[in-house]
Amino acid sequence: MDQNLLDYTLHLADNALIMGHRLSEWTGHGPTIEQDIAITNIALDLIGQSRNFYQYAALLTGKETEDTLAYLRDSRAFKNLLIAEIPNGDWATTITKLFFFSTYHFYLYQQMISSADTQLAAIAEKSLKEVTYHVRWSGDWVIRLGDGTEESRARMEKAVENTWSLTGEMFEPAVYEKSLAENRIGVDVSKLRKAWLKNAGTVFEEATLVTPDDKIWMQSGGKTGIHSEALGYILAEMQYLQRAYPGCEW
Amino acid sequence: MESSTINIEVQKIRQLLENVSDPEIPVLSVTDLGVVRDIHVNNNNVEIFITPTYSGCPAMDMISMNIKLELLAHGYKNMKVTQVLSPAWTTDWISENGKKKLKDYGIAPPEGKSFDKTSLENLKVECPHCGSSNTKPISEFGSTSCKALFQCTDCGEPFDYFKCH
Repeated sequence: MDQNLLDYTLHLADNALIMGHRLSEWTGHGPTIEQDIAITNIALDLIGQSRNFYQYAALLTGKETEDTLAYLRDSRAFKNLLIAEIPNGDWATTITKLFFFSTYHFYLYQQMISSADTQLAAIAEKSLKEVTYHVRWSGDWVIRLGDGTEESRARMEKAVENTWSLTGEMFEPAVYEKSLAENRIGVDVSKLRKAWLKNAGTVFEEATLVTPDDKIWMQSGGKTGIHSEALGYILAEMQYLQRAYPGCEW
Repeated sequence: MESSTINIEVQKIRQLLENVSDPEIPVLSVTDLGVVRDIHVNNNNVEIFITPTYSGCPAMDMISMNIKLELLAHGYKNMKVTQVLSPAWTTDWISENGKKKLKDYGIAPPEGKSFDKTSLENLKVECPHCGSSNTKPISEFGSTSCKALFQCTDCGEPFDYFKCH
């Protein structure tokens, strides 16, 4: 078994699962029924994408299943980006982190379609169509809130300030990303930064928001299992049933 | 088995799959929807390849089960339903008959070919109730992954639009 490929696949799966699970907390709490439906649809897409990656990861291990990988690993084994795990906060914070993450996801999948690993390429091809909607929807909201009322603008500025330092990690390759990018299996994430900044800048400009300095200090650690305390709370909730009643099914 | 016998068998199975409907849109069969990619028959073993519409679509597990149940009900014993992701499903694979059925059911069928990056704003979607093209999008997301929400400006009715994908 190729440990790098397994770690990489888990990283992709964890990103989608943790972001999807977080967004699902909005179910029944969205600002209007249409937006409630929109964000839960996005959560569903992401959880679906994570299943495709977990199923592949399970195959690579030869003994795990998609469920054991999602429900029976501890915080240190999760390799998701920090931006996926932070609490939803207000609507502006959710929109901001989703916009940053979706834009990254879009460029990542766009490259992964040509991966030498046919399964990763297939999942990327499938997911890219869905993520295109996520980028557009969250981008529209960035514009609406940024160029909105005094209140919405103030909330957006605060949200951007709070989440910006979590965006650098996306483009800093972990050991497994580096090794797989060399084999043309993985994507060289350091090369995605330019396009990401350009798209984020265009949307921010339309939203009359200032794009922060990308040279500031950035937080990292998620990719190698060093998480904020927020992940522990997600796992406690998500894994409770399987931990309390192992193997439970319904 | 001879290849002609296999072909007949595959045709028979394809016919049976016409009876398996999408649990979310019961007027559409899985063949109308274009999710049946391939059918392999080898002696008594049948393998059916299906492709998911959206990654998270909960209907897929149910569709796999319903395919198996339909075949079991017609005497098949060894069957397997395999999911294939690539090439990714597109609304172009919905049959013409399927599009007509959607419209009669009150869901506007996908407009144009395959998914491109144009937003819903630029689309002319015909109201499935009164036929007017004077409609507007309300939300890019609807009651299921595959649909968006529209409203007709003429008759005032909201309706589902099957997104081009």
